[in-house]
Amino acid sequence: MIRKTKTLMLILLLTPSLAVAAAAEEPGGFNMPYGVTPTSHDVYDMHMLLFWVCTVIGALVFAVMIWSLVFHRRARGAVAAKFSGHTRLEIVWTAIPALILVAVAIPATRVLLAVNAHPHPYVTVDIHGSQWKWHYSYPDQGIAYYSNLKADSRKASREHSGISPATVPYYLRDVDHPLVLPVGKDVRLRITGDDVIHSWWVPQLGFKRDAIPGFINRADIVIDKPGIYRGQCAELCGAGHGFMPIVVKAVSPAEFLAWVTQSKKAEAAEHESEQGPWTRQLAMTQGKKIFDSVCAACHQLNGKGIPGVFPALDGSKIVNGPLAGHIKFVVHGSPRNPVMRPFGKEMNNRQLAAVLTYERNSWSNHTGDLVTPEEVEKAR
Amino acid sequence: MSETAEAVMGGEGHAAPLHGWRRWLFTTNHKDIGTLYLVFSLIMLFAGGILAMIIRAELFEPGLQLVQPLFYNSLVTMHGLTMIFLAIMPALVGLANWQIPMMIGAPDMALPRINNWSFWLLPFAFVLMWAGFLTPQGAPNAGWTFYAPLSTTYAPPSMDFLIFAIHIMGISSIMGGINIIVTIFNLRAPGMKMIDMPLFVWTWLITAFLLVFAMPVLAGAATMVLFDRHFGTSFFNAAGGGDPVLFQHIFWFFGHPEVYIMILPAFGVISEIVPTFSRKPLFGRVSMIYAVGAIAFMSAMVWAHHMFAVGLPVSAQIFFMYTTMLIAVPTGIKVFNWVATMWRGALTFETPMLWAVSFIFLFTIGGLSGLMLADVPADYQYQDTYFVVAHLHYVLVTGSLFGIIGAVYYWLPKWTGHMYNDRISKWHFWLSVISVNVTFFPMHFAGLAGMPRRIPDYALQFADYNMVSSIGAFVFGLSQLLFVWVIIQAIRGGAPAGERPWDGAKGLEWTLSSPPPHHSFPTPPSDELVHREGPHGYE
Repeated sequence: MIRKTKTLMLILLLTPSLAVAAAAEEPGGFNMPYGVTPTSHDVYDMHMLLFWVCTVIGALVFAVMIWSLVFHRRARGAVAAKFSGHTRLEIVWTAIPALILVAVAIPATRVLLAVNAHPHPYVTVDIHGSQWKWHYSYPDQGIAYYSNLKADSRKASREHSGISPATVPYYLRDVDHPLVLPVGKDVRLRITGDDVIHSWWVPQLGFKRDAIPGFINRADIVIDKPGIYRGQCAELCGAGHGFMPIVVKAVSPAEFLAWVTQSKKAEAAEHESEQGPWTRQLAMTQGKKIFDSVCAACHQLNGKGIPGVFPALDGSKIVNGPLAGHIKFVVHGSPRNPVMRPFGKEMNNRQLAAVLTYERNSWSNHTGDLVTPEEVEKAR
Repeated sequence: MSETAEAVMGGEGHAAPLHGWRRWLFTTNHKDIGTLYLVFSLIMLFAGGILAMIIRAELFEPGLQLVQPLFYNSLVTMHGLTMIFLAIMPALVGLANWQIPMMIGAPDMALPRINNWSFWLLPFAFVLMWAGFLTPQGAPNAGWTFYAPLSTTYAPPSMDFLIFAIHIMGISSIMGGINIIVTIFNLRAPGMKMIDMPLFVWTWLITAFLLVFAMPVLAGAATMVLFDRHFGTSFFNAAGGGDPVLFQHIFWFFGHPEVYIMILPAFGVISEIVPTFSRKPLFGRVSMIYAVGAIAFMSAMVWAHHMFAVGLPVSAQIFFMYTTMLIAVPTGIKVFNWVATMWRGALTFETPMLWAVSFIFLFTIGGLSGLMLADVPADYQYQDTYFVVAHLHYVLVTGSLFGIIGAVYYWLPKWTGHMYNDRISKWHFWLSVISVNVTFFPMHFAGLAGMPRRIPDYALQFADYNMVSSIGAFVFGLSQLLFVWVIIQAIRGGAPAGERPWDGAKGLEWTLSSPPPHHSFPTPPSDELVHREGPHGYE
């Protein structure tokens, strides 16, 4: 009986290392994804090399130990030997691990240098981590937009939502506007943070890089294969840390160019509509668009916020109060809570007027105000 | 003989022994203070454990069921801080207090009043740290690493409580470290050479130097955060010309020695237990001492391996990759030597040995995943995922905590004078060792599959791992109640332990009665006794 328990103990202690060996390869399985960039392939190979080195070392050490545990028991009549050292053996087991480490360090250094090479980019994207969404801009193409968690995930994740996450496609891993990149071309990502430190990570691309305010981190990648690749923020960045996914849509260069043309056309059309006479209808349409991409990460699409964490705008005293106070709050930010930052710095007067109008006339708010760009300008 | 000597010690400026609460508040006795440390850390283990249970309950399935995201961040933060600063570290100091004077043949610690103060600071640090839960904006929520600017501009007011709690705990640790250094250097039995000191004493000596070296750095980082928050400085604020990454450099310059502060004394414990139950001298004990020294020295040169994703220069990444890999060599030596100690021994598996053997297995798994994390390109993927969570819990729970529990089971008969309940202690072991693996092993997979740390809700492909982890965690948490039961039973009574309850045990502590006299060695043990109980006593 006692022997049985002890055998059981050995099996239990060993199971973990066996389980790793059975690891599968597909993303979302047991193991790191092989990925779709040369970097990710190198990283995967490095990971597997390390895994096997560690497994073999672990297996050897555990084998010797288990041998002792089984055969050198007093219950089996073992008598303790007297030795307490063996210089040659100790030199050997200092030298061999050191040599193994050198053998691992050489390919690691090679991969590291390759990953940090900087070829001339075909397209550059500026990535800003922002509480709690990503902002992508293509400086050479003149395209810029926010990428937010999809509304259905947001709704389902809420406490007592009554919606099962299992019914939501790509729960917490889907966005309204993905990052579009061409395959087979050098892409440069310049990553920074607007407020706190975030980290941009898509496992299939093979790296993560922190988005740090005041720093611009560079990552150069080439994507091999068209497809949709998903990831999320990897550095604790506050209440919405678990809710800022990343979706990369990799398309052929031709499709990418088509997307650029189309996006620019759409942006131009939008710009034109924005130029029209300032009407309530225009302000509401434009305001909703801005609110959904910039404000909803905290205040939620239904304006109800999250009790105890993010204030509701629906029925809020500030939103339904005097206009001047509301404008000041949005343009200059909250005097007490840095998460409500001064949006006057990142939006123009028309955009601010639109979003203010939208907030004052949505949900159960019926102030009837049409905020004008001039009123915003006065508050600056 | 010992009674008269004690009377002399008691008469020289010592007040009559106090009773009731005043005995514990005013005590300058190393055993009483050791007990206070150990009981306090056990309570903190449950406090931090309850936070972990809430975390695991929230992560049991996708969606938010129990807590709001911001409160979840507070749970993660407070769990880490409580376990590190209020559970593991005080427990190790408690072991040092009880054992070091007995193991080196001293009457008490060298600085008894400082000893008292070091302990009594801790409950205040606890109150200050946890008071944040009562504030309207909640407890600190920037992670136990409290990275700026999340801890400066964006943190709730309770961050200031945390900063002062860190200062208080730092003072406590530094004084504790100094006390241990002074005690070991000055109060050793005359016949005990430095090189012949027990491994537990050696590991603690080196740890104490690390404490005195590292804790002021943490205090500095915390003070700079305080100044950024309230006094208009911009140490970590890029908008003011500061550098958010500087915080991480300073923090990890403390933080990496800190992880060795938490593991080295556990190495010492294992180096005491394994020879006892193998009935064989520790293999290569001098190289073990050098290995600990090398680990401690190198621990101050590896800090940036926590920061491979921040965009350091490639040359820096290579440097820290090499130094981190190098630290695996002395760590490997330790494991090999423990295995060689068991080789051709006469092994028995009493409860302390079970914990020690599982420590060697599971710490090795944590060490090997650490080796994988050292590799920069691979770390671009591992960093900030559950793979790291798995790694750090393998070295901290199945490493430090298992070492501490093993030590308690090893020395509890000495401390209480009673043998504990063998059957329950074995149940405690088996339930713990199975459930701890059920909890933490799947986290490797969750991390490799792409799950980041510190998120309150997750995508569906991580659901299975999390459910398994949560079940394991609940069993592990509940199993620890058995530990409390065993300890309370042993304090209240049981079969007399005798001087030397373990037949293979060597060391001066086993020459004292169980429980030992108030002042362990009022007169130094004879050279002959020191020799017989030392490393050369086997011949």
